[in-house]
Amino acid sequence: MAPSELSAATAVALSAALRAKTLSSYELTQACLATIAKDNPALNAVITVSEEQALADAARADDILARGDGGPLTGIPLLHKDIFCTRGVTTTCASRMLENFVPPYDATVVTRLREAGTVMLGKTNMDEFAMGSSTETSRFGVTRNPWDTTRVPGGSSGGAAAAVAAGFAPLGTGTDTGGSIRQPASLCGITGLKPTYGRVSRLGIVAFASSLDQAGPMTRTAEDAALMLQVMSGVDPMDSTSADIEVPDFRGQLGDSIAGLRIGIPRQYFSADLDPRVAQSVHAALQELQREGAQLVDIELPHTDRGIPTYYIIAPAEASANLSRYDGVRFGHRCDAPADPQDLYERSRTEGFGDEVKRRILVGTYALSAGFYDAYFKKAQQVRRLISQDFSRAFQSCDVIAGPAAPGVAFGLGTKTSDPLAMYLEDIYTLSVNLAGLPGMSIPAGRVDGLPVGLQLIGRAFDEATLLRVAHRFQMNTEHHLATPSSAGEPT
Amino acid sequence: MSWEVVMGLEVHLQLATDSKIFSGAANRFGADPNEQACAVDLGMPGMLPVLNERAVRFAVMFGLGVGARIGKRSVFDRKNYFYPDLPKGYQVSQFFEPIVCEGQFDVPRPDGSLFPSRSTRDHLEEDAGKSVHDAYAGQTGIDLNRAGTPLLEIVTEPDFRTAEQAVAYLKSLHSLATYLGISDGNMAEGSMRCDINISLRPQGSDEFGTRTEIKNVNSFRFVERAIAVETERQMDILESGGQVVQETRLYDADRNETRSMRSKEVANDYRYFPEPDLLPIVLDDHYIDTLKAELPELPGAKRARFIDSYELSDYDASLLVASRDSADFFEAATGISKSPKLTANWMLGDLAAALNRESLTISESPVSAAALAGLIVRIADDTLSSKLAKQVFEGLWLGEGSADEIIEARGLKQVTDTGALEQMVASVITDNPDQVAQYRAADEGKQKKLLGFFVGQVMKASKGQANPQRLNALLKDMLDG
Repeated sequence: MAPSELSAATAVALSAALRAKTLSSYELTQACLATIAKDNPALNAVITVSEEQALADAARADDILARGDGGPLTGIPLLHKDIFCTRGVTTTCASRMLENFVPPYDATVVTRLREAGTVMLGKTNMDEFAMGSSTETSRFGVTRNPWDTTRVPGGSSGGAAAAVAAGFAPLGTGTDTGGSIRQPASLCGITGLKPTYGRVSRLGIVAFASSLDQAGPMTRTAEDAALMLQVMSGVDPMDSTSADIEVPDFRGQLGDSIAGLRIGIPRQYFSADLDPRVAQSVHAALQELQREGAQLVDIELPHTDRGIPTYYIIAPAEASANLSRYDGVRFGHRCDAPADPQDLYERSRTEGFGDEVKRRILVGTYALSAGFYDAYFKKAQQVRRLISQDFSRAFQSCDVIAGPAAPGVAFGLGTKTSDPLAMYLEDIYTLSVNLAGLPGMSIPAGRVDGLPVGLQLIGRAFDEATLLRVAHRFQMNTEHHLATPSSAGEPT
Repeated sequence: MSWEVVMGLEVHLQLATDSKIFSGAANRFGADPNEQACAVDLGMPGMLPVLNERAVRFAVMFGLGVGARIGKRSVFDRKNYFYPDLPKGYQVSQFFEPIVCEGQFDVPRPDGSLFPSRSTRDHLEEDAGKSVHDAYAGQTGIDLNRAGTPLLEIVTEPDFRTAEQAVAYLKSLHSLATYLGISDGNMAEGSMRCDINISLRPQGSDEFGTRTEIKNVNSFRFVERAIAVETERQMDILESGGQVVQETRLYDADRNETRSMRSKEVANDYRYFPEPDLLPIVLDDHYIDTLKAELPELPGAKRARFIDSYELSDYDASLLVASRDSADFFEAATGISKSPKLTANWMLGDLAAALNRESLTISESPVSAAALAGLIVRIADDTLSSKLAKQVFEGLWLGEGSADEIIEARGLKQVTDTGALEQMVASVITDNPDQVAQYRAADEGKQKKLLGFFVGQVMKASKGQANPQRLNALLKDMLDG
C-alpha cells in the first residue's frame, strides 16, 4: 500500500496489509504522524500528539503480528477524543481548567482499545467539556472542517470527525451526550456510532451529563465501527451504569440481509427546520435501503420538539454538579494567591471555564434551585419519559428509525457562536436518542454543495447490530463513505 | 414563664465496613493523611462510584433493629455545596427515597424504665474529608482519608424533651450499633456524631419555636451540656423579648457554650437531584428476611429476657445489656455461678468501679467472667463474707490466681464453724463483763446498738473471717442466755 493510499484506507484494509506483511504498524504509524504533522496546522483537529508512545506501541504491535498473534485492530492507529483519560498523557477536555491535567489512569475504553492492540497517536480537539456542536468552544482554538476550512466540523467530537475525514487515522473515539458523535460525523462525512446508554463503560471519561454520556467509534465505515464497538463494549464493574448484557458478534452479523426490515421514518424529523436539500439526500438514501428489501413505514415521534428544552435542563443540571469538582483545590486550574476558599473557587472557576461551560453551569444550577426544581428538573424528567415512550411505541411498528442526523450541512465558523439557541438546534434530531438511551448512528449519505450529509439510524436498546447491518449494507452499495475531502478537490 | 424544650436528633453513624461506601479504599481510622484516599475519593475526573453492598446490608440491619420499615427502593441523590474537604463539590446522600423509613423503638431511661422513640428516616451517605488547620502555618491541609466513609444518618422526630432522654436515646443507638457490629461506636474517633435540633416553646403550646441546630457533638456528656447551655441561651433571649435566630451552632466544650457557625446567615440550597452515576437500590423480601433471621439478639429483647429468666431488676438488666460484651460477660459468669443477682451486683458494683477507675472496658477486664464466677460461688456458699469477698476480688484484679487460690493463699476463709465461733464469742463475753451487764439491762432498741460492739470484738479476734450472720445469731443467743 502506498503512503498516499494509507490515509484513506479502512482499518479492515490496513489490518489485512499488516497481516500480509506488506505494511508494518510502525510504517503505518509513521505515515499517520506525518499526515498529522503536515495537515493538522490547517485543521487543528489534534491537540496532543504522543509520537514516542505511538511508535513504541506500533513496534510492540509489529512483534505481536510477527508471531501471528493479535486481533483485527492490532497495530491500527487511532486518536482519542481529549475527554478520555489517558495515563501519562495530558487530558484537557479542551479546557483551561484541565490544561495541565495528566491522569494517573486510563479510561476503560482506552484500556480496552490498547489491549486490542491499537496504537494511540494522540488526542483530538473538542468543544470544552463536550459542550457545543461546532468545536468552537475549545481552549485550544477551533477545529476546521477538512471539506471546507471556513466551516465547522460539528461538535463536540469535531476534532475526531475532522481527523478521520482528513486521513489522520482510520479510527477515532468520540463521546455523544446529545449528538456529539453523530452530528460531527454527519458534517465531516464519516461513520459515527453512539451506542446504547450502558453499552460502553464511562469510567475515565470526563463527565458532562452522566445519564446521557456515551462513548462510541468514529470511523470511515460501518465495518470498522463494528470492530471498534466490539472491543469498547461490555460491562465494567467500575461503572454501575454499564450494562451486564451480552455483547453480540457485531462484525459477524454485518453481511445479513436487510430484506423485510421495517425502517420507520418519523414525520417530525422532516419539519421546516430541515434543509430541503439535506432532506433530499436522506430520502435518496432511504430509497437505496428500500431497494435492498427494507420496508419504509411512517412513524410518529410526537414529543420531538420537546427534546431540546428537556435536554437543556437535564444535561446542564447534571453538568453543574459534575463540574463542581473543578474547584482549584486538588487538581486543575488554580488562581494565583487565593485569599480564602470562596475567592479560590470564584477566581479559579472564572478563569478556568469558558463562556459556554459557564452558561450551562448557570442554567443547570438554576434548574435545580429550591423553588424551581419541580418546574424544571422534575418536569424535564417527566418529559424525558414521554420521549422514551415515543420511541418504544414507534418500535412496535418498525425495527430501525431513519432520518437526518443534523438539520443542515457544515456551517461557517463563527456563524452560530453568538446565538446559543441556533447552535442548540443543531442537535434537534440527535438528542432525543440520548434522552431515551438508544443507539444512534450517522453514515455519509450524499453531499450538498460539496459538503457531506449524514443519514441517522436509530435502533432499539442494545440493538447496535441492526444499525451496523443496515449501515454496512448501504455502504456496500454506495460510495458516499469513500469520498474524502482530497478526492473531492482542494478545500475551498 | 415556664418553657418546654423540644428536640430532634440527627445522628451520623460511621459504618464499620472494610472499604469505603463508593470505592475500594480502606475504611480505617488513623492512617497518615491521604494514605487511604483513592482516585474516586479524590473526585478525580472520570471516576465513578460503585456501591459497597456491605453498607447497604448494615443500613438494613440497623433499620430492622429499630423496627423501621425498609425502603425496598431507595435512591442516591447529590447534595451540592462547595467545601474544600468535599472533593466532588457534592455529597452523595439519599434525600428523596431513603433506605430506612419511619420506625419506633423503646429506649431505657437511666432508671431502667422504657420510653418510645420515633425515627423519621435513616439514610446512607458518604462522609467528607477533613480540613487540617494546625499542620501548616497560614495554610489549611486537606486529608481525604475520611472522604467516602459510609455513614448512616439517623433522623428522629422532635420527641425529646430533656437532655436525659436525648442521651438515653443516643446510648441505646450506640448499644444497638455495636450489638449489630455495624459500627465500632468509637465516639472519640468520630464514629458517632450527633446534631441536635433544639427549640423552646411555652409549656402547653403545641406550636414549635424557632430552632437552632447544634452540629457534630461527639460525646454523651457534651450532648448533655450542649443542651443545657443552649436551652439557657434560648430562654434568656425569649424571656427578654427577643427572637431566636434559626442557625447552625457549634458547641465549644472548652468554654461550655454554643456559638454561631456562620457569621452571615445564608440559607443553603443543596439542589438535591438523583445521582445519575448510581442505580437505585432495590431490595427484595428475601434479602430483608434473610438479614432479619440473621440478626443477633438485640438489647431490647435481651433486656426483657434478663428480667424474665434471671429475675433481675429493670435497672440492672438495662445496664447489663447496654453493651454486648457486658451482657455476654454476665451470661458467662452466671452460667458458672448460678447466682444471677449476685453476679449482677458484682459486675455493676465492684467490677464496674474498678474498670472505671482504670478506664478499661469490660472486654479488657483483668478479671474474667469465670474468675468472677469463682468468687461468687464462694460468696453464695458462705465461704466468703462480703467483706472478705472484696479482698478476694482485689486478688483477682491483681492476677493472684483463682478465687479459691486467693482464699487459700491469703487465708481468707470465713469462720462458719459453730464450735469455733462459740469459743470466740465466749471469750469476748468473759473479757467484757461490763458491756455484757449493760447489754442485759438495756431494752430491745438499745440492745441492737450494743450488739455491734460484740460483733466488732469477735471480728477482730477472727481477723474479719467470722461469718457475720452466724455470729449475730450466736451472740444474741449467748448474750440473752
